[in-house]
Amino acid sequence: MKLIYTRPESLKKAAFHYCPGCGHSVAHRLVCEVIDEMELRGRTIGIPPPGCSVFAYNYFDVDMAESAHGRGAAVATGIKRACPGIIVFTYQGDGDLAGIGTAETIHAANRGENITTIFINNAVYGMTGGQMAPTTLSGMKTTTTPYGRDPATEGRPMRMSEMLAPLEGVAYIERVAISSPANIRKAKKAIARAFRMQIDNRGFSMVEILSPCPTNWKMTPVQSWKWVEEEMTRVFPPGVYKDVTEPENAG
Amino acid sequence: MRWSAPRLPSRSTVSKVLMDGNSAIAEAAIRAGLRCYFGYPITPQNELTEYMAMHLGRKKGCTFLQAESEVAAINMVYGASLVGARAMTSSSSPGISLKQEGISYLAACELPAVIVNMQRGGPGLGSIAAAQSDYFQATRGGGHGDYRTIVLGPSSVQELADMTMRAFDLADKYKIPVMILGDGVLGQMKEPVEFKREAPEITPTREGTLQGAGGGASRIVKTFTSNPSELEEINWSLFRRYQLIKKNETTWDTYMTDDARLVVVAYGIAARIARGAIKSLRAKGLKVGLFRPVTLWPFPDEPLRELVKNVRQLLVFEMNMGQMIEDVQLALAGKGEVSFYGRPGGVIPAPDEVGRVMSRLYYQKGLK
Ligand SMILES: Cc1ncc(C[n+]2csc(CCOP(=O)(O)OP(=O)(O)O)c2C)c(N)n1
Ligand code: SF4
Repeated sequence: MKLIYTRPESLKKAAFHYCPGCGHSVAHRLVCEVIDEMELRGRTIGIPPPGCSVFAYNYFDVDMAESAHGRGAAVATGIKRACPGIIVFTYQGDGDLAGIGTAETIHAANRGENITTIFINNAVYGMTGGQMAPTTLSGMKTTTTPYGRDPATEGRPMRMSEMLAPLEGVAYIERVAISSPANIRKAKKAIARAFRMQIDNRGFSMVEILSPCPTNWKMTPVQSWKWVEEEMTRVFPPGVYKDVTEPENAG
Repeated sequence: MRWSAPRLPSRSTVSKVLMDGNSAIAEAAIRAGLRCYFGYPITPQNELTEYMAMHLGRKKGCTFLQAESEVAAINMVYGASLVGARAMTSSSSPGISLKQEGISYLAACELPAVIVNMQRGGPGLGSIAAAQSDYFQATRGGGHGDYRTIVLGPSSVQELADMTMRAFDLADKYKIPVMILGDGVLGQMKEPVEFKREAPEITPTREGTLQGAGGGASRIVKTFTSNPSELEEINWSLFRRYQLIKKNETTWDTYMTDDARLVVVAYGIAARIARGAIKSLRAKGLKVGLFRPVTLWPFPDEPLRELVKNVRQLLVFEMNMGQMIEDVQLALAGKGEVSFYGRPGGVIPAPDEVGRVMSRLYYQKGLK
């Protein structure tokens, strides 16, 4: 018998607390598969954020340490500078990375910190109950934009991948979507590529994952996956935004 | 523990060098095995950051990094401490406010770190002149949550150096952030200083922190929980450690208190000024002395209570509107008589001025 699907070793035998259809559980699994396949478990430290994924340390079977809201990139910087041999990844939501942690993220990227960021863009603040995030789509209703996000007063969705890619310290940025089995496979490849950049000391790497939040979008899981595919990708086009190992993308 | 007050070094000893306080802290930290320094420019502590840039940045295995903000700097300290490096940051009052979030996380996760606050006048942007207006913030934890940090109050460049080394040891021993609460004068004045340790060949790495799970079980550093009684237990365990620190590490110093009838209570640069005043008043026959808290947290309340068995009149002198006086009053619980003299906003009174306040009080209270 050929084993084609099993629990990754780096994923603890614990039941996820995430809502049905949530992108976090898929993203966790992908990161764990990559850590296993690249044999990084023993020398990896993960930094989960405050956010729906705050309990990520209950699922990832690697060393994990909590971070203050938005400060993941700074914490990872401290770890990596003190112990360059350790593989460090931050796992951050869009409120965390694109809101309160913008400064830490931009400067870590600009310094070319040799760290990997898994950036979950679900267009809302999930944990606190579905408020507007910097990535909320124009016109989208959230608990703090009950009439829809108005670009005139609330700005337009912030595109972090596009913003960070031109910085010279950035080695690799790709945006992927959790919206179909094919796209999930793409997401895994991107995560593996990002970790590869870190192993090769190339600088800052990030994978932005468009990720469904059925609960706060008030959709069924199936609807939410479709919404990622059809609506989110129009504002946040998937693709490789930077890859220093590909000359035409070197920026 | 009674602080063996380092006397000002005499010029004849070659091992002593003339140095400003900020640089002396930096040199002492490097000799204490500092591996990572993260800072952000602010006066009056820039010499410290610049010294680190010059001398730590190029040391093998060490990191100097000018962060994008104080918030980032303290979180970098958190990261470096997580993996066992001796790590520190320094700033002055407005920047220390920004570090409070990170200090709270360090305290919560029981991570050692050294934080230097070269206080300046406040509130707000305030002034760049020396002040003692952050006493409350420093000794009450400072950030959110129920925690303490050890707070050291040096009053000479020699003490800045000695206490920096002590700060790293205390931080590691008790897995706690330690703050050195100086001020702009201490940071920028030059005095002879002797470094009591050589720089270590290999900078130490602590055991017991995250290093990657290797082949073993993974570990988690965190406080967040959905179960209040779990967090209550964390708070209790921190509290028990704080009790131990109080018992073992409370430190103070006295000057001419044996026959004193009026004792000034002051710390840091204010204690230094008071000492000058006491010297001249003694020459005029006034029996005055100094009680100097060296650890500001834990505050030396027991020795202060001992003191008022013999001296009734105390004068608390601070470069603020009265902060440490609350700890003095708490310690004395109504015993003795406590007066206050303060100069806030970055004004540095001369010893003569403090001397006049003391002698007025001395005569008013009929001590002569
Ligand atoms: C300093 C601070 N401010 C606010 C919060 C409250 N808070 C917790 S998580 C969060 C944002 C969560 O949104 P996001 O980062 O998008 O992650 P998600 O929950 O959607 O995965 C906020 C505002 C906090 N923990 N700390
Ligand atoms: S609220 Fe949204 S992001 Fe949070 S667990 Fe539920 S689906 Fe996932």
